[in-house]
Amino acid sequence: MPRTAHSADDRRDTLERSVATDGEERKNADNKKITFRFMIKFSDEKLKKVDEIVARYPQGKQKSALLPVLHLAQEEFGGWLSAETMDYVASLLKLEPIEVYEVATFYSMYNLKPVGRYMFEVCQTGPCMLRGSDQIIDYIKQKLNIGVGETTADGLFTLKTVECLGACGYAPMMQLGKHFREHLTPEKVDAIIDECRKNAAANN
Amino acid sequence: MGRKLLLEKAHVEGIRGYDVYRREGGYRSVEKALKTMTPDQVTEEVKKSGLRGRGGAGFPTGMKWSFLAKPEGVPRYLVCNADESEPGTFKDRYLMEFLPHLLIEGLIVSSYALGSKSTYIYIRGEYAWIPDILEQAIEEARANNFLGKNILGTGFDCEIYVHRGAGAYICGEETALIESLEGKRGNPRIKPPFPAVKGVWDCPTVVNNVETLAAVVPIINEGGEAYSKIGVGKSTGTKLLSACGNINKPGVYEIDMTISVEEFIFSDEYCGGIPNGKRLKACIPGGSSVPILPANLLLKTAKGETRMMNYESLADGGFPKGSMMGSGGFIVLDEDQCVVRNTLTLARFYRHESCGQCSPCREGTGWMEKILKNIEYGKGKSSDIDLLWDIQRKIEGNTICPLGDAAAWPVAAAIRHFRDEFEWHVKNPVESQHRNFGLAHYADPLEVVPA
Ligand SMILES: Cc1cc2nc3c(=O)[nH]c(=O)nc-3n(C[C@H](O)[C@H](O)[C@H](O)COP(=O)(O)O)c2cc1C
Ligand code: SF4
Ligand code: FES
Repeated sequence: MPRTAHSADDRRDTLERSVATDGEERKNADNKKITFRFMIKFSDEKLKKVDEIVARYPQGKQKSALLPVLHLAQEEFGGWLSAETMDYVASLLKLEPIEVYEVATFYSMYNLKPVGRYMFEVCQTGPCMLRGSDQIIDYIKQKLNIGVGETTADGLFTLKTVECLGACGYAPMMQLGKHFREHLTPEKVDAIIDECRKNAAANN
Repeated sequence: MGRKLLLEKAHVEGIRGYDVYRREGGYRSVEKALKTMTPDQVTEEVKKSGLRGRGGAGFPTGMKWSFLAKPEGVPRYLVCNADESEPGTFKDRYLMEFLPHLLIEGLIVSSYALGSKSTYIYIRGEYAWIPDILEQAIEEARANNFLGKNILGTGFDCEIYVHRGAGAYICGEETALIESLEGKRGNPRIKPPFPAVKGVWDCPTVVNNVETLAAVVPIINEGGEAYSKIGVGKSTGTKLLSACGNINKPGVYEIDMTISVEEFIFSDEYCGGIPNGKRLKACIPGGSSVPILPANLLLKTAKGETRMMNYESLADGGFPKGSMMGSGGFIVLDEDQCVVRNTLTLARFYRHESCGQCSPCREGTGWMEKILKNIEYGKGKSSDIDLLWDIQRKIEGNTICPLGDAAAWPVAAAIRHFRDEFEWHVKNPVESQHRNFGLAHYADPLEVVPA
C-alpha cells in the first residue's frame, strides 16, 4: 500500500509510485532496496500480443489498448480480474490503477469475482423472452440447483442472466465462453451440461 | 423477389475467403475508386445515392462525410460501428460473419474518401469469435495489396484494426464508442463538439454503421445515381432487416423498401407468418427503442393506407400513430404475448445499460423497471400507470445522449396503445399471474395464414 501523502510533493511521489513495473527496484520506508515482483505475469508470447495490441493505436495512446488487454488478462488469469491482475495491467500500459478499475467496473464482460469454469449467460431480453427464455432459465436453475448469479458447489457452472446478445432470431440462447448456443431446449441444455462435465473430466 | 445488393452472394460456397469473394467480383469498387476517382468524387457518389445511415438514426451518409473537418497535418479517422446491441438487431453480425470481405471492401473505399489511414472496427465484446473472421479477411486483403502501404500502387496507405468492446450497449452511441476506443468508460460526450471536428484522440472522426459502410460497395460499383433509383423516395437502396419473435422464419432479410409490412410478415419469402396459426398482436418494427404498434396500426397507417417497409411509411403518423425503421430489428408478438411483460424486459434492459451520467436517465430507468415489475407481478396500483407515463415524459429530451429517449419511447408507446392491458393487470392481480390479456380490440381481424 502506498503511504499516506502529506504534502503536494509527497502526493505526487505516491502517485508515481503507485504502480511499479515488474522487477523495478525501489527503496522502502526504511530506505532498504526492494525489488517489485508481480505474482502474476503474462508469458512472453502474451507479452508480444500486448505489444501488438498497443501498436494498433497512435504513439502515446496506449490507454486505448486497455479493453483488449483486460480481455487477455481475464482469459489468462482464471476467468476474472483480481485487484492484482488489474494492477499488473496498469503497470503494463503505464496507467494509474484507478484508470483500470473504473473501466473494469463499467463493462459487463469483466468479472470482478471468481466464476465457475463454465458460465451460462442466458439472454432474457424481450425477443428472447417471446421465445421462452424464462423457461430455459428456470430449467437450468432446477437442473443445476443454483440461482441466477450463483455457482455450483463443484465450481463448474455459473448461471448468469444477460441482456440482448444479438442473436434474437435464434432464441432462446446463451453465451458459453467464446461462442453462442442457440435455439435452446431442455434437451439441448442437458447435452451442453454433459459436454461441459466431460470436457472438465478430460482436462483435469 | 426484391433486388439484393449486399446479401446476393451470401450463400456462395467459400465466400468468406478472399479467393471466392474476388472471383465473384469482390474488390472491384476499390480498384474503381482508388484508380479512377478522387476522394471527393467518392463522397459525391455516396451523396447522390441518397444512402441513409443504417445504424438507427437514418442520417444521410454523404452529408455526414462532407462535414468532416480536414485541418492540415491532423490525422482523420473512420470508425466502423459494429457494437450492434439494440434488442432485436442482429444484421451486422450476419454481414460480418458471412461476408467479412464485403465490409472490409467498403471500409477501404470509405477510408479513401475520408482520408483515414487507420480505420477501426469497434465490435461488441460478446461477438467474441467474429474478430478472428474479420482479422483473417484483413490479412487476406493485405496479402493482395488491398490494404497496407501504397495500395494497388496508388500511393494510398490504409490499415484496419478490430477493437473489441466488453459488454455495454451504450458504446453503440458514437461518442461513448469513441470514449471506449480511447480505453475509458463508455460515457457519452456532450455535443458539440461533434466527432466530425473532435472525435477519437481529439481528431476529426466519422462513425458509421457496418451495413452503411458495406452499402458503399454497390454504390461505387453501380454509381450513386443507379443506387438512388432502387427503393422509393428518400428510402433508397436496400435495407437489412433482422426479424425475430413469433414468426416462422426468423433471420436476416434484405429488402428493397418497396414491399408492405404485411407481405414482410406473412409471405414465405420473408418471415413466413406466425407459428401455430396464431394471430398478430403487435410489432416493434425497428429495434427495441422504437414505438410498438398494435396490428391494426402496423398493417395500415392511420390514414388507412397500406403500411410499407420504408423509412417514411413506418414513420407515418408520427409517434402517436406510427413508428420508425430504426436499426431494422423487427420484433413480432403473437396474440398470446403480454405487452406488460415485454415492456418490463425492455425497461430492465435500459436500466441495465444506462451509463448513469444523467439523473433523469439513471433514476428514471430504475423507477420504470420497478413500477413495471409491480404491475407485471400483480402488485400495481391504478395510479402507477399515470406515474409511469409521467416518468418517461421527464426523461425524454432531458439527457446528454439519446439513450434516455430510447428508454422512454417503448414505455410511452406501450401505454399509449395498450393501456387497457395495463389496467387489466392492475385490476386482476391474481388472474394476470396465470393468464394473458390476449388480443382484445387492438387488432382488426386478420385472415389467418396457415403455418
Ligand atoms: C444508445 C445508443 C446506441 C446505439 N447503438 C448503435 C449500434 O449498436 N450500432 C450502430 O451502428 N449505431 C448505434 N447507434 C447510433 C450511433 O450513435 C450512430 O448514429 C451511428 O453509428 C452512425 O452510423 P450511421 O450513420 O451509419 O447509421 C446508437 C445510438 C444510441 C443513442
Ligand atoms: S442519457 Fe443515460 S446513457 Fe445517455 S449519457 Fe445520460 S445517463 Fe448516460
Ligand atoms: S433478445 Fe436475446 S439475443 Fe437479442
